[in-house]
Amino acid sequence: MISNLINSKIFTLLKVQYSNMLEYRVEIALWAISGIIPFFMLNIWTNNNLNESINISDVMLSRYFLCAFFVRQFSVVWVVFSFEEDSLLGKVSPYLIQPLNPFFRYFAQHLAEQITRFPFALIIAFFFFIFNPESIWIPNLSLLLLSIVSTFLSFLIQFLIQSIVACLCFWTEKASSIERLLFIPTLFLSGLLAPVVSFPAYVKSWIYLTPFPYLIDFPANLLSGNETNISGGLSMQILWIFILFPLFKKIWSEGTKKYTAMGS
Amino acid sequence: MNLRKYLKVYKKFLHTSLASELEYKTNILVDLITAILSLIGSIFLLSIFFQNNGYIGGWKFEQALIIQGIYTILNGITNTWFNPNLTEIVKHIREGTLDFVLIKPIDSQFFISLKKINPSGFLEIMLGFLLLFFCIRINQINLNLSFMTLSLITISCSICILYSLWFFISTTTIWFVKTWNATEVLRSFLYIGRFPLNSFSFSLRIFFSIFIPIAFITTIPSEVFLGLSQFWKILLEVIVASVFLITSRKFWLFALKFYTSASS
Repeated sequence: MISNLINSKIFTLLKVQYSNMLEYRVEIALWAISGIIPFFMLNIWTNNNLNESINISDVMLSRYFLCAFFVRQFSVVWVVFSFEEDSLLGKVSPYLIQPLNPFFRYFAQHLAEQITRFPFALIIAFFFFIFNPESIWIPNLSLLLLSIVSTFLSFLIQFLIQSIVACLCFWTEKASSIERLLFIPTLFLSGLLAPVVSFPAYVKSWIYLTPFPYLIDFPANLLSGNETNISGGLSMQILWIFILFPLFKKIWSEGTKKYTAMGS
Repeated sequence: MNLRKYLKVYKKFLHTSLASELEYKTNILVDLITAILSLIGSIFLLSIFFQNNGYIGGWKFEQALIIQGIYTILNGITNTWFNPNLTEIVKHIREGTLDFVLIKPIDSQFFISLKKINPSGFLEIMLGFLLLFFCIRINQINLNLSFMTLSLITISCSICILYSLWFFISTTTIWFVKTWNATEVLRSFLYIGRFPLNSFSFSLRIFFSIFIPIAFITTIPSEVFLGLSQFWKILLEVIVASVFLITSRKFWLFALKFYTSASS
């Protein structure tokens, strides 16, 4: 009964947000295009034969960067920016009265955006294959499913981290600058610009203890068929979710007590 | 007389926007850390590229650092002036407040391009200069008058091109209303300005010299630093910069004819 109720709630939220997102198709297409940095990086790697030193062939590297593009497309999170705006304009107040954590709303928003984004990402991949026909491959079904799961887990980790940062809005008005700060290590260490295997040893020794390589590098390696420790990666992802979720709940309950209903 | 009026107005702009930005002092500190981390991140990425190769696209690591320094300065300028102002255009157009700008007895382009300022970008500019001075030392560049003038000319041309690109995209808002993420696409393209143009494949090089002249923005000034640049390249950059400035001005005046105000 209760689970039924939650299901219908989530379903309705998703439906509303999906039709909302469809309104802004061009905008989402532009977001999708703005994610093509991995392809520029691939160009540098292969054009200068940098991949020889890390023992990844041209084809595998191009698959890696294509997968990194895909994983990034489906794990983009902007909850801080939405929440900051809503909280500055006082829009959070009505949400707080409702018997539903407002973050479910943002969560549905993100999922709906991903569904809308999917065709655009496919079009970009199609163009990628036109330019690099030799890198076409069909991932086997179990790996595909696993990588979808791990991409979703990566999305969850980023969503939780950003939600925690978003909750800082209760104390300071501009939490988005903290998010921009956190984005820098995410950008350079997640494997979006260079695969983690290529990192120097002094970074590799500690990087696997941080959440960063599990955000893009791990799911992308999984999807592209590059070598990776599947069970280790998945369990680290789950471990990080178990660490971050209680933290989020704690900061949320503390924060709502601090809430001052700005702008209303 | 006219110039003096504009200077006086600009002083007021500076005063008001600095006052409002300095309200968020911790924000500026966070932005400083972000700028430093971002620079460290890009140098880290560059060092990955160079870890087994002496040259990339014909550039040594020490030389590629010059590009990084110029990019950091230009990025700081973007964050200080272009980004806060030109995203404001979108708001002006969507809410119809552009009316108030247009009826002022002052040039509308001047007003919307210089109204706001984000002081945290200064720190990034300073970081860029520090890196450049460091590069001048390790590359043993001797500072003479012709070098100084040429680098000043090329860097100011780069700023003009960069400004025109941002202004072009923001102007299209008059037709499309919600294009603030088109600037995000530009941002991701500008990202390749961190690397020497020669490290990309031939087709990308053509694309980034003709369609989006990112090639001119960082590579030519860096070549001037190394004393590698031919005279025709500098001349070409001057021409490209003036063409961009003039057309973006014309485009703005043309676009204004289609402005139909909103909610007023």
